Amino acid sequence: MAVKRLLGLARPMVWLLLLLLTMTAQAAIDVQSFDDPALAQRFEALSGRLRCPKCQNESIGASNSPIAGDMRARVAAMLRDGASDAEIEDAMVERFGDYALYDPRFEARTWLLWGLPFGLIVIGGGIVALFVVRRRRTGDDTLSAQERRHLDGLIARHDVRNDEPGRDGEPERAGEPGRDA
Amino acid sequence: MKRRLLLLVPLLIFAVLVVFLYRGLSHDPSARDSAKLADRFPAFDLATLDDPDRRLDRSLLEGGDDSEGEVTLVNVWGEWCPVCKKEMPQLQTLADRGVHLVGVDYKDTRDKGNEFLETYGDPFAVSLFDPKGSLGFDLGVYGAPESFIVDGDGVIRYHHTGYITPDDVEQVILPEMAKWR
Repeated sequence: MAVKRLLGLARPMVWLLLLLLTMTAQAAIDVQSFDDPALAQRFEALSGRLRCPKCQNESIGASNSPIAGDMRARVAAMLRDGASDAEIEDAMVERFGDYALYDPRFEARTWLLWGLPFGLIVIGGGIVALFVVRRRRTGDDTLSAQERRHLDGLIARHDVRNDEPGRDGEPERAGEPGRDA
Repeated sequence: MKRRLLLLVPLLIFAVLVVFLYRGLSHDPSARDSAKLADRFPAFDLATLDDPDRRLDRSLLEGGDDSEGEVTLVNVWGEWCPVCKKEMPQLQTLADRGVHLVGVDYKDTRDKGNEFLETYGDPFAVSLFDPKGSLGFDLGVYGAPESFIVDGDGVIRYHHTGYITPDDVEQVILPEMAKWR
């Protein structure tokens, strides 16, 4: 029953989550043309990965600011000269710092940033495991004498019912008077 | 007792979070780490603003072959930049206090740049003319005004992004200049 209700909730949740997948608008202002479509594709990718230093949160591909235009022009020029993506990113970081990259590199300064989510998952898993193990060990599932007696009674009654099969084929109703005693 | 203490853990996490976020409140979101500190001033080959035939390169900042150069404040400005006008009195004060200033007229036209210095005064020993912003780009400049303190060996020691306020003159720029003398 509860499972069914959960499944009913799942569908609207999926739609809500899908909304999160909408992409930010990309609008390069100047047009960089490349003879090679592969270069154009790398240009698009780099424009999205590099962050405009003048802006709070815009890629150089989305920003109108003059410095973003300069950076796009430099990226395009370097691509035409045959530079690799890494070389282009290095050239930008050398001038504008780590801020120029949306995904910071993994280095001494950033290991905490990258590692924290995984660390938290491990810690959280550890805590859950600890709780499970502890609960098992303390034996919360052993019954007190009174509970045991109650359970035995229930089982006994159940066995009795099953021993007198299908009276008149009528489905049995719980809590019918006279049956309990 | 141990269990009780365990209940304090969420509070502790919350406290850490509060400290962390509170610090973020006083952090200037437009401030950037400079990538160029302790780097040699980038190479350039530019004409001066007042004389198109006089070309200078970075030996200007590195002194002669055997003599140590001066500590220099390199200021990137442009006629199109309103804040630069407000900054000129502070630069004049610095020049009067014996600071060696080199200007970079960034993304400007020669006429407008010269007119600007006539109107607002010329505190610079020399101004480089950088119409395409190529030197600015290599310096990681993303807007004017920006200032760099360059030591006698031509190494960048301090990067001031944005406006030098009258208070900054005494409290930031002059102490930094003295540090690298």
